[in-house]
Amino acid sequence: MKELILQIINGLQLGSIFALVALGYTMVYGIAKLINFAHGDILMVGAYVALASVPMLSSAGLPIWLAVVPAVVFCAVLGMVIEKVAYTPLRNSPRISNLITAIGVSLLLQNVVMTFIGANPQSFPKVFNVKPLNIFGIKINFSIIVTILVTGILTILLQLFLRKTKFGKAMRATSEDYGASKLVGINVNHTISMTFAIGSGLAAVGSILYLSAYPQLLPSMGSMMGIKAFVAAVLGGIGNIPGAVLGGLILGLVEALTKAYISSQLADAFVFGILIVVLLVKPTGILGENVKEKV
Amino acid sequence: MTSTRKISYVAIVALVALLYFVIFLLNVNGVLGNYELGIMNFICINIILAVSLNITVGCLGQITLGHAGFMSIGAYAASLFVKSGILTGLPGYLVSLLVGGVIALGVGILIGIPGLRLKGDYLAIITLAFGEIIRTLIEYFDFTGGAQGLTGIPRYRDFTTIFVITVLSVMFMYSIMTSRHGRAVLAIREDEIASDAVGVNTTYYKVFAFALSAMFAGIAGGMYAQNMGNITARYFDYNNSINILVMVVLGGMGSFTGATISAIVLTILPEMLRTFADYRMIIYALVLIIMMIFRPTGLLGRKEFQITKIIDFIKIKIKGSDKAGGHLNE
Repeated sequence: MKELILQIINGLQLGSIFALVALGYTMVYGIAKLINFAHGDILMVGAYVALASVPMLSSAGLPIWLAVVPAVVFCAVLGMVIEKVAYTPLRNSPRISNLITAIGVSLLLQNVVMTFIGANPQSFPKVFNVKPLNIFGIKINFSIIVTILVTGILTILLQLFLRKTKFGKAMRATSEDYGASKLVGINVNHTISMTFAIGSGLAAVGSILYLSAYPQLLPSMGSMMGIKAFVAAVLGGIGNIPGAVLGGLILGLVEALTKAYISSQLADAFVFGILIVVLLVKPTGILGENVKEKV
Repeated sequence: MTSTRKISYVAIVALVALLYFVIFLLNVNGVLGNYELGIMNFICINIILAVSLNITVGCLGQITLGHAGFMSIGAYAASLFVKSGILTGLPGYLVSLLVGGVIALGVGILIGIPGLRLKGDYLAIITLAFGEIIRTLIEYFDFTGGAQGLTGIPRYRDFTTIFVITVLSVMFMYSIMTSRHGRAVLAIREDEIASDAVGVNTTYYKVFAFALSAMFAGIAGGMYAQNMGNITARYFDYNNSINILVMVVLGGMGSFTGATISAIVLTILPEMLRTFADYRMIIYALVLIIMMIFRPTGLLGRKEFQITKIIDFIKIKIKGSDKAGGHLNE
């Protein structure tokens, strides 16, 4: 029983990270109708930026988790630059061109890091120097609690941002109808830039949380993470914020439980198997709405 | 028109035979050693891969990111077949490729029927997912050699056989895609809803093109495995699928000539420029992005090298000189 609870908590931690990355996927897909294949690699870049800022932080006597600040800033800017350089010229191109460009950006980020920083795994120092908490005899790492809390808070903030602020309303309008939003005076370019910045920033937060659980950096760490987060977004219904979180948590639980009770090798097969089943049963995802195709 | 077509068939056969004999003579004279012939084998395999992916990406207009997955199915099926020792030598090789191709075809249909109900982006993801599932399963089971891979596969690397298979495969795929069936596939690429409305069985033709593409990926996989002698599931991952996709995108989505040429260039280039190999993936990535921004149709677009056009051109020239100022456009 204890073992099961522990695995569920582990799954929730992994799922929270998936959820954070999935939020970025879902927002970008909702607004630009683009699967940003490079999203997972932005997480990877965030992790490397965090690693680079660790010596500075420790020499200034600051806690290591503050590396999240440079990571978020760098990733937000990177996300906007990528959008401007690679995706904006293609806004009216066929979907297939957008997809190939996104794959290209993902490859570029991965291989630039691999060539100029190195393909070898690097280790990240302990993010939170706090003893594991003891709740009803179950030892829970502090990082797990932080991860779940941060994800919950960021999701709520994001929802409030989208519902209550002017920018959020502009974003929702743009994702609803690009042309009409332009007509009513929304600065569409600005809104899309903003979406990329927020999504990439969330991925950077995800990178620190990821490092607090698995303190190892690899240039390829983002690609599988990104694909799984995308699966989470599709699972919950792409374009849907609560859906992304739900999908992330489900995937995290499935992965943790499969690893613990069935086979660690087959975990990926189960994760992708779920995607296929969901897409076949309900192509719009669990919380997605059915959209009729316009001719 | 029919006479032109007849002449073009003869001309194509003659050109291909000429190409083969040039390579053969260069080999006899020692210009092309075993190393170069080995690269030629790889070129042939990559041509089949690129042309087969071109059917899905270029002709059907759907992206798949699991082409290497189909290749791995063919590779493992063919290898296990030849390792069992039922048939050896050339017949064993041919039958093993057939086995690999047919199993990949079956899996292609199995994935295609549900997968192709989904549109563009989702198909890309679902094929990516299937590619990963295939890789995970191959690494999980014992009869495939697990994560260590399959070793001791009887090697078969006779250039003549591989050359002939490549020529036949490309001809087969090209003629199917220019047939009635192929034109239905092209119609779906242009407008799926419209082709559905005029009575094209879109589901059938989508699965048809997808499975055809998978089958030839399987055949190429079988050729690759027996060329190498050992394979691991890791080789057939996402990056490999991307490599093949780069060939198709660079050459021109929808152009068989383009896929063939870029398969040749992108196989030779890393071999010739060793320093380039370090930066190969960065350059590939930039090529993908820049290509999509400035020339989204690829270098050749949908253009094909057509021998009939050359023959027509020559005919007009001859006629023109006979009549001396006659109507050229007759």
